[in-house]
Amino acid sequence: MQESELREIKALKVVDARGTSCPGPLLETKKAMTAVPVGGVLETLSSDEGSRQDIPAWAKKVGQEFLGFVTESGYDRLFVKRVK
Amino acid sequence: MTEKMAIVLFSGTVDKILAAGIITSGAIAMDMDVDIFLSFWGLAAFHKDMAGKDMRMSKDFKDMAPMFLKAMQKKNIPSWYDTLKKAKGMGNVKIHACSMTMDVMEWKKADFVDLVDDVIGVGSFIGMASDAKMTLFI
Repeated sequence: MQESELREIKALKVVDARGTSCPGPLLETKKAMTAVPVGGVLETLSSDEGSRQDIPAWAKKVGQEFLGFVTESGYDRLFVKRVK
Repeated sequence: MTEKMAIVLFSGTVDKILAAGIITSGAIAMDMDVDIFLSFWGLAAFHKDMAGKDMRMSKDFKDMAPMFLKAMQKKNIPSWYDTLKKAKGMGNVKIHACSMTMDVMEWKKADFVDLVDDVIGVGSFIGMASDAKMTLFI
């Protein structure tokens, strides 16, 4: 997805994992995903650079759709869509 | 079927136990089950007299240890105990104490922190490892 499209997304749930180190943001994402209905998008805020690789790898493993990330000052917003 | 990871935690220094804890958390996040086999110094570190009190680090990087511990505190990195506790709360993590080490040291299961699930021999661990997708020796 393009950055402009990502910025348009209204996530159903936002989990703020900023300030936690790896694998904190990944664990928070996994935990929060259970509260998102199928079709909904979860947004994770992370200041851990590894999340850019870890969250898509996790989404692929568990069969969810990683939409992409946008970078803010000092952190990223990462979007995963619950598809099942 | 759920994939599994097996870890032999032989080392008892905080850096290596924390590494085992972080890798375990990662495996849980990736939907794997984890079996950790504590033996020798790895088991000693889970003794109630040691856990949370003994902060010794790998000898080969001893000169960097104080800086590392301070940096971990500053960044609010959870202890290995909290890391494993959280991983256990989120997924299927079983921590097994080595019966041979316990026999040598005359320890009982009640001597260990609450993270330890049971006492097994190496044969049981090999059974777990043979079912696992990966096995690490730390």
